Order: sequence, then C-alpha cells, then structure tokens
Amino acid sequence: MKLTKLAVIAVAATMVAGPVLAQLVFPSLSYRTGPFGANGSEVADGFADYMTLLNERDGGIGGVMTVVNECETGYSTEKGVECYEATKGSGALIYQPLSTGMAYQLIPRVTADGIPMLTTGYGRTSVANGDVFKQVFNFPVNYWNGASIAVNYMLAENDGDLSGKTIALLYHNSAYGKEPIPTLEALAEIHGFDLTLLPIDSPGQEQKSQWLQIRRERPDYALLWGWGIMNQVAIQEAANVRFPMENFMGIWWSGSENDVIPAGMAADGYKALTFHAMGTDFPMFDDLQTYVVDAGLAAGSGDNVGTVLYNRGMYGAMLAAEAVKVAQEMHGVAQIDAAMMRDGLENLVISDESMAAIGLQGFGPNFNVSCKNHGGPGLGAVAEWDATAQEWSLITGFVPSDMDVIQPLIEADSAAYAAENNIESQCS
Amino acid sequence: MLDQFLYGIEAAMNGLMTGIMYSLVALGFVLIFKASGVFNYAQGVMALFGAMTLVSIQKGQIPFYHLINATFGTDIKYFGWEVPALLAILLTVCVMILFAWLVERLLLKFLINQDPVILFMATIGLAYFMEGFGDLMWGSDLKVIDMAMPALGIPGLPQGGSLFIENATSGLGTDRFFGFFIDKLDITAAIIATMLVVVLTVFSQYSKTGRALRAVADDHQAAMSVGISLRTIWVIVWSIAGVVALVAGIMWGAKSGVQFSLSLITLKALPVLMLGGFTSIPGAIIGGMIIGVGEKVFEFIVSSSWFGDAMGFTMNATENWFAYVLALIFLVFRPQGLFGEKIIERV
Repeated sequence: MKLTKLAVIAVAATMVAGPVLAQLVFPSLSYRTGPFGANGSEVADGFADYMTLLNERDGGIGGVMTVVNECETGYSTEKGVECYEATKGSGALIYQPLSTGMAYQLIPRVTADGIPMLTTGYGRTSVANGDVFKQVFNFPVNYWNGASIAVNYMLAENDGDLSGKTIALLYHNSAYGKEPIPTLEALAEIHGFDLTLLPIDSPGQEQKSQWLQIRRERPDYALLWGWGIMNQVAIQEAANVRFPMENFMGIWWSGSENDVIPAGMAADGYKALTFHAMGTDFPMFDDLQTYVVDAGLAAGSGDNVGTVLYNRGMYGAMLAAEAVKVAQEMHGVAQIDAAMMRDGLENLVISDESMAAIGLQGFGPNFNVSCKNHGGPGLGAVAEWDATAQEWSLITGFVPSDMDVIQPLIEADSAAYAAENNIESQCS
Repeated sequence: MLDQFLYGIEAAMNGLMTGIMYSLVALGFVLIFKASGVFNYAQGVMALFGAMTLVSIQKGQIPFYHLINATFGTDIKYFGWEVPALLAILLTVCVMILFAWLVERLLLKFLINQDPVILFMATIGLAYFMEGFGDLMWGSDLKVIDMAMPALGIPGLPQGGSLFIENATSGLGTDRFFGFFIDKLDITAAIIATMLVVVLTVFSQYSKTGRALRAVADDHQAAMSVGISLRTIWVIVWSIAGVVALVAGIMWGAKSGVQFSLSLITLKALPVLMLGGFTSIPGAIIGGMIIGVGEKVFEFIVSSSWFGDAMGFTMNATENWFAYVLALIFLVFRPQGLFGEKIIERV
C-alpha cells in the first residue's frame, strides 16, 4: 500500500513538474528607474538584446537557449542585494551588477555561493588579482587602468612631461569616485604634476563652488569621475566657465551621449575613456537589426542601438556568452552551471579571430584571462565627442596603462583583503 | 589677498544666485503649505513631471508609447510634429491644472480634516506614484530643454558666464583675478523668481481667492463654514504650485537635461524652508539667498589654501551638510523660521 502511494505521488509530481528545460540563465540587475534610470535602461537594453540575438539567430549558445532574468534595483545597493538573493537560485551563471556599491556588497556573497561576477570597468579594482578573488573578474580594464590611460594621453600631448602641470579630479564623493585617487597620487609623484581633488556630493546637481575653484586656479587638465546628473552638470559648468573642452576628460562612466547632449555645441571636443567602440559599424549590428529590432523583439524602443551605454551592455553580454562557449568546450556539456562558467571566464581568450567570428572585430581590446589575472591587460581608448555630428569617435587605439604602477597597488589592496578575510592562495 | 577677497565676493554673489534657484523649488512647498497646511513631499517630482511633459509635448512624443508598443506590437514614438515652446508651455500648464484637479478628486477630498501627518503621508505616496507614472508616460530617457522662441526673438535660455560682468570687473584685482563670474541662467532665474514672488505675494495678500487660501490654511472647518469651497481652493493652490514646479523644472533642467534626478532638488529646498519659514513667500526667497550665500562662502573659505595653511587641513563638498547645519542654527533661535508665523497652541 505504501509503495503504491509513493508511486502515485512520484508520478503526480513528475507530471506537475514537467520536463526541466535546459537554459542558460543570466540575471540582469538593471536600473530602468531612479536617478540613473536614463543610463541604466540603455545598458540593460544592450545586454538583453544581445542575448535575444543569440536565441533568434543561433538557437542560443551551443544549442541551449539563454534567459535574461531582469530584476530592477533602482541603483539601490540594498535592492541590488535583494535581487541577487532572489535570482541566485534560478540557475544564475554570472552577475554583472553595474554598480560599484553593489559589487562591493556582492563580493563576499558570490564567493560563498560559488557564482562568478564580472565587473568590467567598475567595482573593486583589486579583484583583478584572481589569486585572492576566485569568483570575481573585472577584465579587460579597471578604474586604475583608466586613470593611467588618461595620464598617458596627457603625457603624449605634452612630449612626455607633465612636471609643473596641474590636473583637477572632479569625483563623485563615493567609493566609486574615490577609486582612482591612489593611482593618480602615485602617478603625480612619478610625473611631477599637481593633483587637485574636488569631491562632489551625490547626486551632483549643484557644482558651482567646484567650478569657481577651477576657474580661479586654472588647472591644465580636468578629469571627471561622475555618473548620471553629475556628468551633465559638470560638462555644462565647464562650458559656462569656458574651461577648454579639449582638456576635459571623463572616465568611461562620464562619456555617453546622455552626458554631452544637454550642453549642446559647448560640449564639442570633450573626451572620455572607453573600453569598447561606439556606433553600429560592425557586421554584428546588421544581424541585431534583422533578428531583434526589426522583429520587434528589442528590449527597448530600438532607437538606442549603437549608443555608448547600449554598446557597453551588449559588450558585457558578449563577454559572458563567449565565456559560456569556453566553459561548454572545456566541460563537454551544453548546459553548464556557475562553477563551469567560472572556469570559462578564467580561460577566456578574446582575439581578433574570436571577435571576427561574432562580427565585432576591433570592437574591444584583445586579451587573455588567467587564474592569477582576472583583470586582463588594462587596455583602453580615448574617444572624443563631435557635437556637430552628434557622435563619439575613437581618437586612439586600445592603448596600455602603466602596469608597473598599478600592479603593486592591486597586490597591496588584494593582500589586505586576503588578510582580513583569511583567504589562501587560489592559484597553485 | 585682494584677489582672495574679490573671489570671496564672487562666491557670495554666486551663492545669492544659486539660492534663488533653490527658492524656486521652495516656493511650491510654501504655496501648498500656506493654503492647506500640507507639506507636499511630491513637489520635486512635480517639477520633474512638469519639465518632462513640456519637453515631450514639444517633441511631439506620444504618451505611454512604451505601453502601447508592448501591448499592441506597434513601433510608434512620435506624432510627427513639433510644438513651439510657448504653446508647449501653455499646454503643460493645462496638464498641471488637470493634475491638480485629479489630485483633489482622487486623493485630497478623502482627507479633509485629517491630521497634517496623514496628508503628508499621502503626498509621499503621490511622489512615488508620480515617479513611476512619469516614466511610464514619457519614458526615462534624458530629455533636453529647448526654450527657443524665434517668433519672439528669444534664442533660448542663456547659458554661460556673463562676459559683460567679467570684463567690467576684471580690473578690480591683480592679473590673477579674472573678473566676477555670474551665470546668465542664474540671472534669468533670479528675474523670474522675483516676478513670481511679487505676483504670488500680491495674489495671496490682496485677492479674494488669496484670502480664501489663507483662511483654509488656518482652519478647514471654519473656512468651509463661511462658504469657502475647500476643494476648489485646493485645486487652485495645487495648480499654482504645479506652475511654479514647472518653472523650477525648466530652470534646473536647463543645466542638466530633464531626468529623474531633477526630483531630488527637493533636498536643496528643505533647508531653505526650515530657515525661511513654511508660510512665507518672501521667506522662501530670503531663506534661499541665506542658504546659498552661506554654503558657497563656507565652501570657499574651508577649501582655500590660506585656510589650509592656517588650520593644517582643508575641506571640500561641504555644501550639502552645511545648508542643514545653517538651517538648524537658525531654528534654535526661531523655530518657526525667519518669516514663518509663530504657532501658539493652547492645551
């Protein structure tokens, strides 16, 4: 009798549950609302559309369909953590939270849960040391690389000599904004320039004092480390005080169309760092238009394809998809789990061949990831805004940063984290 | 030293101008509080909604296009026409009046004679609703304000420092003094704010409706007993506050584009209200000026090299907290604010 009952229950349970569908789950901790919603929507659209393209054109990755599990955070760190907890049990392969605050909070959680996290161009810089941060990656570039690439660009403009020059750093008064300071201080000592630090409290709508100070002190260059409304106001105020726009450069989070368009023609010549190309002049975008936008499957209205932040979201999705392919090949299975995904990320090779195969040759830098190096080579480019044509264009290739300065900083910071958290070497 | 003194004056002048920009937001709070005793938490979101509506009407954007596209599988966004700035402003004012009417019909009429804190809580709910509703209606993308009115010979809102003032004052100091910087947008805002204050003060003090507004603020029941329609008054005052919010949204939006963060300008208005008093229209302006000058001069002093040499340290990014500290200092001596009405409660 008992066996009969058990059999009935088992059959019923099987019928109710149905067959388990193979899926590759990519949680997207997006922010389409809140103070940074204008930026967050574009990134989330790019991420979702690339995954849709893979499903529609290729039938997923390795024959397994992708699922983007979107959770709205409103750029709130607390909500981001809630979203992580709510989605991690859905078979999540990787997290890309697009917020330095969230990234800091998620580092111990993803480490404990064994789910990899990729924080390209944001988050805690020293996660580049894979020997300490097993689950966290930030290839191909981080904030410290960004600071160095900016200084290298200024060095090139000044025949390699910045002694006696002054660089003002206008930064978001938060963990994110403070990230480049140690690197810039180290570089100031090496190259002999003066560094003026100008913090701006979030959200950054009112910056008159800082720009009056810049007007008084006349630094040779200004670097902008902002996000959201802080960027738009800074570029407008720079134009107001007639700071030379060609000497004003933003980090990649201060260099989207949203940041420069409100200032109109006055933003012409403003520069920003980037780790990927802008526009749609790559074969992949033809497929994206056909299979996603024209098919009415775009996550947004489809009119932001090719913008800086859309491309950034798309690039993040592409890196995750390429890591899935590596993981599938390494483990010989199409349905991978988070541990396999981590292996895929750690053995990822982005080359001209691999980028050409997906129709994105030259879109981003080439790099290899390894157990010890989760940060890649630290390559970035400089882009310039053309206010007449209303478009960004790269004015340099993907150039290296000063790793002799950055690597010791990464090792010191990660060693401190390892000591605080009793972390043993992850790479034998 | 002369240059530093002149730059100190420049900081104070810019503080005055910035303070007036704060006052534009604070004015909306004062109007509603004065007429209904409600602290309207949604005032900042009203500024955002007004500016979003204005720009979207100008561009001929279809309301709720995201929702329409998602529901019916269409691919629409614009009507295909553009609306001149002046007409768009008038249409937006109509939307703000409709908004005021809806707020009264759907929210306030159920809360007559309720405790002020309940009305305050209702406006918090309204703020959250409006944030989502605005995004749904017009999208969360950043929008650029263009106030050019070619028919009237207005090229748009002026931006940048006034060259006339810079050139006229550059000889006051040494060659390290570059003249006083005053933003032309701030000057425009100051002129508009002054006009608003004059009109609103006259309306509030000398018109029949203005007196009715004050009667309602004093006591809902007493006002109703003498035949004042509380609901009509609320529609009028929320409409006026909506128009003031629109002006604030245009001025702040001209600096940064119209985006969600505009709603956070509320945070800048709170110390102004605490200092100027919640019931005084001129108080909002004077309070704004004091806060603006105070925070700018304080920042100028504590971030300067000579302060660093004297004290051994400098400070930056003090404005956000200093405005509140300044307001709290005033509150110690005048709890009702500089111009607020003294509240006497008999127990």
